[in-house]
Amino acid sequence: MTARLFDKIWDRHLVASPEGEPPLLFIDMHLVHEVTSPQAFEGIELAGRKVRRPDLTVATMDHDVPTIGLDKPIADELAAKQIERLKRNCEVHGVTLFPLGSPEQGIVHVIGPQLGLTQPGMTIVCGDSHTSTHGAFGTLAFGIGTSEVEHVLATQTLRQAKPAAMAVTVDGELGPELTAKDLVLGIIRALGTGGGVGSVIEYRGAAVRALSMQGRMTVCNMSIEGGARAGMIAPDDTTFAFLEGRQHSPKGSSWERALDDWRSLATDDGAEFDREIRIDASALRPAVTWGTNPAQSVTIDDRVPDPSAMSTPELRQGAERALAYMGLTPGTAIRDIPVDTVFIGSCTNGRLEDLRAAADVVRGRKVSPGVRALIVPGSARVKADAEAEGLDKAFTDAGFEWRSAGCSMCLGMNGDILAPGQRSASTSNRNFEGRQGPGGRTHLVSPAVAAATAVAGHFSLPGDL
Amino acid sequence: MPGVKRIAGRTVALDRRDVDTDQIIPASWLKRVERSGFAAGLFGAWREDPGFVLNRPGAAEAKVLVAGSNFGCGSSREHAVWALQDFGFQAVVAPSFGDIFRNNAIASGLVPAKVTEEGVARLFAALAAGPDAEVVVDVAAREVAIPSAGLAEPFELADYAQWRLLEGLDDIGLTLRHEEEITAFEASRPVWLPSLAGQ
Repeated sequence: MTARLFDKIWDRHLVASPEGEPPLLFIDMHLVHEVTSPQAFEGIELAGRKVRRPDLTVATMDHDVPTIGLDKPIADELAAKQIERLKRNCEVHGVTLFPLGSPEQGIVHVIGPQLGLTQPGMTIVCGDSHTSTHGAFGTLAFGIGTSEVEHVLATQTLRQAKPAAMAVTVDGELGPELTAKDLVLGIIRALGTGGGVGSVIEYRGAAVRALSMQGRMTVCNMSIEGGARAGMIAPDDTTFAFLEGRQHSPKGSSWERALDDWRSLATDDGAEFDREIRIDASALRPAVTWGTNPAQSVTIDDRVPDPSAMSTPELRQGAERALAYMGLTPGTAIRDIPVDTVFIGSCTNGRLEDLRAAADVVRGRKVSPGVRALIVPGSARVKADAEAEGLDKAFTDAGFEWRSAGCSMCLGMNGDILAPGQRSASTSNRNFEGRQGPGGRTHLVSPAVAAATAVAGHFSLPGDL
Repeated sequence: MPGVKRIAGRTVALDRRDVDTDQIIPASWLKRVERSGFAAGLFGAWREDPGFVLNRPGAAEAKVLVAGSNFGCGSSREHAVWALQDFGFQAVVAPSFGDIFRNNAIASGLVPAKVTEEGVARLFAALAAGPDAEVVVDVAAREVAIPSAGLAEPFELADYAQWRLLEGLDDIGLTLRHEEEITAFEASRPVWLPSLAGQ
């Protein structure tokens, strides 16, 4: 009997499969942040319940934390109250918290892997749709709502109907100007925003195997933008090398036993998927989104598409609406579109490797006059490591703002926002209307393209400079 | 949570696909630590347009929202469900839903009625002809109907989800019936798995 990676992880977490009910799945790690948890903690307290496994629960502050002026009290009263509430909830329920100011604070999906809390074969959930990031380690990881957060706090399990399994196979090799971000935007373009609904994606093929762990996290992170419940990549030597020696990674004989187990976490030869799509990596080019969902992208060499040339009335209507919101005219060359703001950061592209790629582009250059450019490291640790390498200096010399860790302008909850009508090149994951501030216009790109765009003032590749 | 068996009332027709949860409830509303009080934020940005469907006469009394495919995609924020409920909606009818939104809706007692693409097109057409028509969402029969237009469309809803909605059941209470199995499972986990104990 052949099994897929997804089946292997699923089956080993089945606690109970009651007749006529969705199975109960055990959750190995529950990540918590300030925005989607207060009502869940309140729920368990009102019901007289307690957190079942505080030792399998870890919290941090990321969504609405300030990224400047950390020495001062938080000016936003509502955010301050929410952050205070998380602190209180963690104290009362014995949950480990990495608060603002802690060396381990950061975006929840950046700190999990960094601490070695994300390991192959685990189930990980969080009240955040980008929990799919952790699938890069061969983990079943997905976002949940606040009621489910409460369910996991109280029971350390979730009731889940088993999703379908989809394979996305990327053959060939990514060209020198291409990054994991361009790859995943290409995948979502092929899939459509709803193409993955009800499915867990396994990313396979030579181009996926060749990615670093950071690149794999970028790909899995955006699975949800194709509608998928989760994305995963089978663990291999790249995974094991990343994990070895991390704070929570197994040590000594446990490491050897874990390795033996992790090596079995791959889809068996001959196993079939419910759906399969194939992408040719060599046909890809650096991607830029033009619309208001992440599937609406073209390559940087293209022009803004013409809605009247689209195949269905639904696509046409969606494109017309998106272009009106984005203030774009069909036929405009992507490279001719000027930007007001560049944002480099987020759980998609806020890791050390991303900052290195951006710093390589801007070193010795200047941000174009009139462009506001922000670097927001994904975690306090990423920030410290980048500073140890002098990346901060490369950025500030070029005219970038060097901020502290958080979600920041990815979702604009903390005051780092676009003004209405402003246009950004952003390394984040969503270009929805108003995502980076009411009326803001977001174009999703890779860190290298974002950095080159900051220098040129309009969409550019590093090679264009 | 009270059970929900049959919903009858006015409808708002939102003929757009890929309506993401950032539109349903903008991020600035997520700083609230309460589970209610989100009605004013529902479709906050789109409501600034006086022609938006939620600003039309009678929308404030609506109980059912009919929308395009992939409704509730994007962010996991359950606040989107709470905002729809606070405004007065008890059901959303669409050809498909974002997975997390659908789970959130069922957990909070908002009915996610999945009707075929063609069925939703017929509902939109009937509502264009008679915007004030009463729509009936029958959870027990899994059917959305516009009686005045002679229209009845079946909807998909898993048995367990239907049972929970009908009875208004507390999912955690149901799960805790399996506490012995959870405890047994915990004892069998590999020793190397990470833990925050002693941190």
